[in-house]
Amino acid sequence: MNYFDFPLEEWTNNFVDNWLLPYLSGFFDQISKVLSSLIDGVTNLLIWIPAELIVLVLIFLSWKIAGKGMALFTLIGSLFIGSVDLWVESMQTFSIVIVSTIISVLVGIPVGIFSALNKTVDNIVRPILDFMQTLPSFVYLIPAILLFGLGNVPAVIATFIFAAPPAVRMTTLGIKQVPEDVIEASKAFGTTSKQLLFKVQVPLALPTIMAGVNQSIMLALSMAVVASMIGAPGLGTTVLTGISTVNVGLGLTGGLAIVVLAIILDRITQKLGQKS
Amino acid sequence: MKIEIRNLTKVFGSQPLHGLQLLENGEQKDEILKKTGMTVGVDRATFSVREGEVFVIMGLSGSGKSTLIRLVNRLIEPTSGEVLIDGENLTKMDSKSLIETRRKKLGMVFQNFGLLPHRTVLSNVAYGLEIQDVNKEEREAKALKVIADVGLKGYEDSYPSELSGGMQQRVGIARALANDSDILLMDEAFSALDPIIRKEMQDELMNLQSKLGKTILFITHDLDEALKLGDRIAIMKEGQIVQIGTSEEILENPANEYVSKFVRDVDRSKVLKASNVMKKPEVLMTQKDGPRVAVRKMEEIGASSIFVVDEENKLQGLLTVDDAIKAYKEDILVEKLLIEDLYKAAPDTPLSDLIEIAAQTKYPLTVVEDGKLLGIISRVSILSGLVLGKESKENGVEAK
Repeated sequence: MNYFDFPLEEWTNNFVDNWLLPYLSGFFDQISKVLSSLIDGVTNLLIWIPAELIVLVLIFLSWKIAGKGMALFTLIGSLFIGSVDLWVESMQTFSIVIVSTIISVLVGIPVGIFSALNKTVDNIVRPILDFMQTLPSFVYLIPAILLFGLGNVPAVIATFIFAAPPAVRMTTLGIKQVPEDVIEASKAFGTTSKQLLFKVQVPLALPTIMAGVNQSIMLALSMAVVASMIGAPGLGTTVLTGISTVNVGLGLTGGLAIVVLAIILDRITQKLGQKS
Repeated sequence: MKIEIRNLTKVFGSQPLHGLQLLENGEQKDEILKKTGMTVGVDRATFSVREGEVFVIMGLSGSGKSTLIRLVNRLIEPTSGEVLIDGENLTKMDSKSLIETRRKKLGMVFQNFGLLPHRTVLSNVAYGLEIQDVNKEEREAKALKVIADVGLKGYEDSYPSELSGGMQQRVGIARALANDSDILLMDEAFSALDPIIRKEMQDELMNLQSKLGKTILFITHDLDEALKLGDRIAIMKEGQIVQIGTSEEILENPANEYVSKFVRDVDRSKVLKASNVMKKPEVLMTQKDGPRVAVRKMEEIGASSIFVVDEENKLQGLLTVDDAIKAYKEDILVEKLLIEDLYKAAPDTPLSDLIEIAAQTKYPLTVVEDGKLLGIISRVSILSGLVLGKESKENGVEAK
């Protein structure tokens, strides 16, 4: 099968070593600085606020949005996380999730809208999303480290790459699913394309868009755990320590804390989507 | 003219202008489809709608009527031809003036309602004003008024999904009325509704129309609906308008086989009027003629009674042959023997009102306007009018 020599590995390394790093490292440093202060800010804030207050807010949200049962689960789950002494780690993971989800949504929803409205954009975006979703996450963890160093920043970048596609895809789907007769009626009354987007298409697509956001959050959570391998602090680190020291108990504790966090985030954001 | 449509054509496909060329060369719709794969939606439609008129476009599905109404407000871009609204050419407008014209002049009501499911009735009705940046207070006041006009008071805060089809369409109509546009485009507005609700909505539309005097372009596939609502009707077939006329014109003189096929199934009694089936009375006498003249006239045509009028053709009554002989023998004045309680229909009395009366009276019905005798209607001519339409007038059977 080897008909011609294709030194992709060499070229890529050449490109990264001789072009990307020397000429653009300043640019990446800037991104790194902004992101890292953002994540640190969120993390510090979440740790600074008394845990009890955060739990109360979470319980209130669960109760309002997902009902009594979920509120009870949030209470018990939070007590569990506190009791196994993983509160700080949970907040560290939580802040990576928050920051990368916000970036995913800020980038994903507009891109999704453009894809829905413009066929050319859709044709360009779709293969990129396929690429982002199928490329094994470890593959882009490597350049992330090269460009952004170890720690929170490459974790957020990698998490963004992993979590953004559903936000884009579900937004596109939601906008495309708005019934043609509703759009036609709106146009017949003299709706401009901007009004059509903000008064008709986006509101009608909102449940689907929110389902996409929910998916993004869940993917962000799972990636934030994997990202501990490149030095992002949090629950992933606990699990990783458990693995490397063959400490089954530690691994299980960390794993359960992740599950609790996941269920709380999922139920709240899922119900939020159904309500809108 | 409120709306003028000139040579409006829509060809769907890759090279619409080529399709247009073929049409102008006299090729048929199905030939063009076979040769080029392009569909002719509307083929050189020309008509105009007067201010305050209800103009109905009737055709079967696939006849291009829904395309035509969308060409009128450019929801579909025409391939060629012109649409003039109040004399302004809509087809040449830039998008800004097009949007402005849609906002100010063209309301539209859709078969599937096209309501915004995430908005309440009030907010749906106010939508047209909202996008024109009318302030909230003003647009909601206006919306509340038209909601009451269409009989939905109390449902302002409901969502469309909570309403029945008929009520949803009332919202659709209210939304179109809220903008105060002079023109209403109604695309099969009542076709999705149950027959009883449909009839109710038709009556209410006519009621509203008599108050508002809008110019209405109404699309339907239902001839009864067309005949009921339309001041004039255009019949479409394969993208072309094959006939334009009033209900009577279409029923009595179908332009071609296609139209007469349609017309055959119509409930004529609702459409035909007394004047459509009446005949000129062949035997008439004036009061000055004596009973002898009367008997002779009846003998001539073999009738058993004769109508009596005065010099101004005003109906005096009916004289039977027995009474004429009696008057002659006993030398009584004819006037004293006249039968005067004849049924007098107006020229525009619908045939359906006459059927029962004709069954109950012995004598022919008369059609009278300002006291003058215009014609007579026998039971036979009512029946033949129902069955044959126009022919009854030409080969009519005499009232005897």
